[in-house]
Order: sequence, then C-alpha cells, then structure tokens
Amino acid sequence: MNEKSSKGKIVINPELCKGCYLCIAVCMNQVIGTSGTLNQKGYYPAEFLGQSQDGKTCQACIRCGIICPDLAIEVFREE
Amino acid sequence: MVKNVFKRPKYLKQAVFHYCPGCGHSIIHRLVAEVIEELDIGERVIGVPPAGCAVLAYNYLDVDMGEAAHGRAAAVATGIKRVLPDRVIFTYQGDGDIAAIGTAETIHAANRGENVTVIFVNNGVYGMTGGQMAPTTLIGQDSTTTPGGRKSTRDGAPLDLSQMLAITQGSTYIERTAVNSVKNIQRTKKAIKKAFQVQLENLGFSLVEILSPCPTNWKLQPIEACKWVEEEMTKIFPLKVLKDEIDQRRSALHSFEKSQE
Amino acid sequence: MRGSHVIAETAVRAGCRFYAGYPITPQNELTEYMASVMDKTEHGTFIQAESELAAINMVIGAAMAGSRAMTSSSSPGISLKQEGISYLAAQELPAVIVNTMRGGPGLGNIAPSQSDYFQATRGGGHGDYRTIVLAPATGQEIVDLTQKAFSYADFYRTPVMLLADGMLGQMMEPVELPEPINLNDLPPKNWILDGARNRPSRIIKSLLLDPVLEEELNWKLARKYQAISDKIPAAETYRVEDARLVLIAYGTAARIAKGAIKKAREQGLKIGLCRPITLWPFPKQILSDLEQAGKEFLVFEMSTGQMLEDVQLSLRKRDQIHFYGRPGGVVSTPDEITKVAGTLYYQRRLDKE
Repeated sequence: MNEKSSKGKIVINPELCKGCYLCIAVCMNQVIGTSGTLNQKGYYPAEFLGQSQDGKTCQACIRCGIICPDLAIEVFREE
Repeated sequence: MVKNVFKRPKYLKQAVFHYCPGCGHSIIHRLVAEVIEELDIGERVIGVPPAGCAVLAYNYLDVDMGEAAHGRAAAVATGIKRVLPDRVIFTYQGDGDIAAIGTAETIHAANRGENVTVIFVNNGVYGMTGGQMAPTTLIGQDSTTTPGGRKSTRDGAPLDLSQMLAITQGSTYIERTAVNSVKNIQRTKKAIKKAFQVQLENLGFSLVEILSPCPTNWKLQPIEACKWVEEEMTKIFPLKVLKDEIDQRRSALHSFEKSQE
Repeated sequence: MRGSHVIAETAVRAGCRFYAGYPITPQNELTEYMASVMDKTEHGTFIQAESELAAINMVIGAAMAGSRAMTSSSSPGISLKQEGISYLAAQELPAVIVNTMRGGPGLGNIAPSQSDYFQATRGGGHGDYRTIVLAPATGQEIVDLTQKAFSYADFYRTPVMLLADGMLGQMMEPVELPEPINLNDLPPKNWILDGARNRPSRIIKSLLLDPVLEEELNWKLARKYQAISDKIPAAETYRVEDARLVLIAYGTAARIAKGAIKKAREQGLKIGLCRPITLWPFPKQILSDLEQAGKEFLVFEMSTGQMLEDVQLSLRKRDQIHFYGRPGGVVSTPDEITKVAGTLYYQRRLDKE
C-alpha cells in the first residue's frame, strides 16, 4: 500500500487474464490499465496501476474481482 | 492488517477456464461455487452439466457431477433426486439444451415439481458448435444459420421458456437475471442462492435464467457484449422474477406437517 | 401370472427401486403393475415419464445414484431409447431395459413379433458397444432371466435388455417367484454419485475429447464384452442328440417350434431344437458343436431373418442352414412349422442315413 491512504490493492495474475478488460470498465477509480507485455496465451493482460492518473487509489470495492470471468484478480483490503 | 477479501472459492478446482475472454460461464460457475460453499452443501451436491460450452463444468466445479446427453439433464436430475431425495441436485444448461432439444424434459420436470434447481444460461446462440441460432436468438440477430438475421417467418420468434415454466403448477421459483454488470452479477448470486434454498426446503422446482454474454459468437468485444445484453436482450427477456410461490409453498408445507403431528 | 406382471414383480423382488416408463401397447400391463407396486415398496419410485426418451434418461440418473433401475417399452419406444442405451454403455452404468416386441418397422402393429433382434444385439445406438440380451420363453424363465438381468447389469456395469414379445407378455403361466432380496446384501457401489462426503468428488461422463483416451475406453469395453462372452452364453437344447434337423428359435418362436417338434417326432422325424437364451453373447459354441455332429439347421424367426445372420456367422456350412420366417406379427401354429420342417427334412433327404 502506498502512503496515500489506499484502502486496498489487487493482484492480477497475468497468465490467467484473457484481456477482456471488463475489470477496467467497472473500476470506479481507474486504477487498472493494460499491460504492454503479452502473456503465454497471447493476450495483453490487465494490470494494476496502484494509482490512477488523477491520484485515486484502490478502495477494495471488489467490483473487478466480481466481474472477472477468469478469477485472475485477488483483492486485498486494509483492515 | 491486510485481508484477502476476494479469491477463488473452495468448490472451484484450480483448473484454468477454457471459456472465451468475457464469457459469462466462468462468472456463473464461480457464483454457483460460492453459493454451494455459503450454504455448506458441497458434500451433498450432485450436478448435471449440459452438452455445450459448459460440458466441461465438471473440470471446474469440485462436486459430484454426472453427464447427460444433450437436453436430457432435467430427466437425469429427476432420476438422481428421486433416488437420493436428501441430496441437492442441480442442472446447468444452455439455451439449446434447455429450450430446444430439452424442452419436453424441462417442462415436465417443472410440471412434476421435481425438487431440483436449474441454472439456465441464456446467451442467445449455440456457442460450442460455432454460433448457430438458438431458441432465444433475437429477431434480426445474425447467426451462422440465420445469415442476415433471424426472420420470424422462417425461424419463428425467440422462445421464452421461463415464462412457459412459470405456468406449470410444479414450479415454485423462477427468476431471470444477467451477468453483464457487477450489480446484475450480485443479483444473480442472490437468485442462485434462493433457488438452492427452495430445494433445501423441498418447496418444488426452481430455476434461474441468466442472460450471459458470448463475445466470440456475437462478434463483439466483451464490453460491447455486456452492453448488448442490456440494450437488446433485456427487451425480449426482461430481468425479473417470473414466479415466486415460495411463501405459499412454505406455509402449505408447514400446515401439512403440523396436521401430521 | 401374466408375463408382463411377472417381469415387474420379479424386478422389484430383485431389488429394482426405480422404474420410469411410458405407455405403449403391448406392454402397458408392465408399466401399470410397476405404478402400483412401487407405491407400496419402501424407497420405490415410479414415474410415468413424458416420453420413452425421458424415461431412459431418468433411469440413467437413477443408475448414477446407485439404484437398480429399469425401463420398459415396445419396439418404436425402444428406438427412442437408443441414445440412452449408448450412454449407459459408455458411462458403464447398470440398467435393465425390457422390450416387448411388436410388428414393425415404423408404427407397425401391436401383434407379437421378433423384428428387433438387430436393434437389440447390433447396438441400435451409436458407438462401439454391446448390450447383453436375454430372451425368455416361459413364465419361469422370465423370473430367472429378470433376476439375472439385474445381477449382470450390476456386476458388469452395463445395460441389459430383456427381449420378450407381445405373446410372452400376455400369457398366463404358474410361476414360482423368488424371495425379495435384502438391498443391504448387495455389494456396495463405490463409483456412484451421492455427494462427495469424505471423499474426492466424482465425475461420471462419456465425453473423451482426446482420441487416445476414447480408444482406451473402447478397448476397455471390448475386454469387458469379451469377458461376458466367455462367461454367460446360454442355450437350451431339446431332443438334439439324435436329431438330423435342428430348429433354431428363441422366445415365442421356440415355444411354437417345440410344439412342432413333438408332432414331427410322432411321425418319426428326428428333429430337435436349439433355443438361444442369450442373444448377445450368442451361443456360438453350442451351435458349432451341433454342426460338428453333422446336423442341419432350420432357423425359425418371427421376422424376415435377423438371428439367421448370427447363426450363419457361428457355423461353416452355409448350405446346411435354412430359414423360415413370418414377420409382421403373424403367429405361426405348430402345425405350420411341422409342415415346413417336415418338407425340408425330406427335401434334404434327412430321412436317409
């Protein structure tokens, strides 16, 4: 977690991700982007940015985990 | 202290899903696994997968599963449930499995009020076989057997099986949801849980119809496919509860049990 | 007791606790008997299914759950069950299917016939599999073979067909019914789907996308069928020791043939009967032994000639195999067969040494 009161973080397994980017569409704080590196299956996986362009952080809302079809995302919350 | 608040549920094996990017099946499998864990019925569950993309559901769901021929899941489930009434039996079927080749078996299982739970995945197309028309394909929707779009004169109109099942006396709970958004996914999970609870209380036939994106055969990106479910499919297949007689069944059952004391 | 009732009552005494069926003449008495007896049987289930297709699939489910399960129908309905039988064989599930044959093909008629021999023994369903086929000819044998059907099904984990016809279903003969078995005495099935408690989850399937795995299954089944073929072929022989001509017939045709033989013997003709009881595996050896002993054969079937081919496959001297058939549900009289057999006997100079 960075010092900007990030309540949560996610870990995306790049080998499970199939590049559907539904997580990016549902993330409320735009903290998910796309990686420039192909995974073994030939997809450009989604990637946790840590922080959005305008400084927002992950709040562990779990929306990305819920919509990810491939269980590529684990979500962690500071408690 | 950092807590993991979202990870792979217990009843999903470690296997990597073979489904396409953005496919609704993997989401639904996960919801079923979560519900099984939350209701603590993993040791009592027996599932019947379909013929279709989800034929390999047994590679993912870590419960007893018995394969049925295309469309026959409701009959196979009936056989298992009658022999083992205290186990929890569910079928997991696609639109072709349930509403084309399996229509008779599904309607009659519902009509008999079989205490089983049916998960009906409606993605408006025959996925596994390459995108042919399904009973739920929309008018004007392109598919490999309706090039240029489905025409009602040649192919009939989309079939609302859930509506037909709601008419049967034996069906107790039928709801249509979708997995194209976070909110809908959460609603779907609630519906699946409710459907299993109907079975656990022996209240009759329960079914959840889940509108699911098929990006590959719809030839849309996953995000567009999710939009298409919302904008097009829900016009013909609105998300709603088609039948809920849970309370009536429960009180009828309780009065009966009381009268036997 | 009526033949169809005998089947049903014996099945229940043999441990059958699940029956699904659909009305079709001439076997409705079986379904109706099951409807009332299952109600009175603890843990017994009767379902009048919405079709023969649904019924066989319910039986598949019941078998997966570990029950001794049965379905019954007649010719056109058995056609509908072929998919299910293929699945039973592939998934190695035990089940008993009773076919009370009627005239065919197509809608046909409701008179007794033997036109489903190929359907029963040659698969009928898709894929490389065999079905054990048992053909009773008397009331008591119906008891015996119904019991055997359930035992074989469980022991070999394979579908078993009891092949009867409209006449056997309706005839009334005194029988001795067996004592009901205690289900707890049956060996436990450690492969059934009953919820993964204290054990890993199980899968019963027949989808094997990898051809190598599918090949393995096919050879496994082939080995099983070989073991069955080595163990259970059966046939009854009647007055064959000094016979010059041996009739080959099963089921009702064999009863008629026996009557014909009695008459023929009175007239001095040395005729006997070989009656296959297992149609698959076919009792080749018994026939072959009879051929070795120099006999000629007249195959009599209530069809245009199906078991005939198995007889031809079992023997070497084609020109010593003859055939007489009455398809369509026509039931020959013993006199008719005496005449046919007798004419053949003299034509083939079997009265000469």
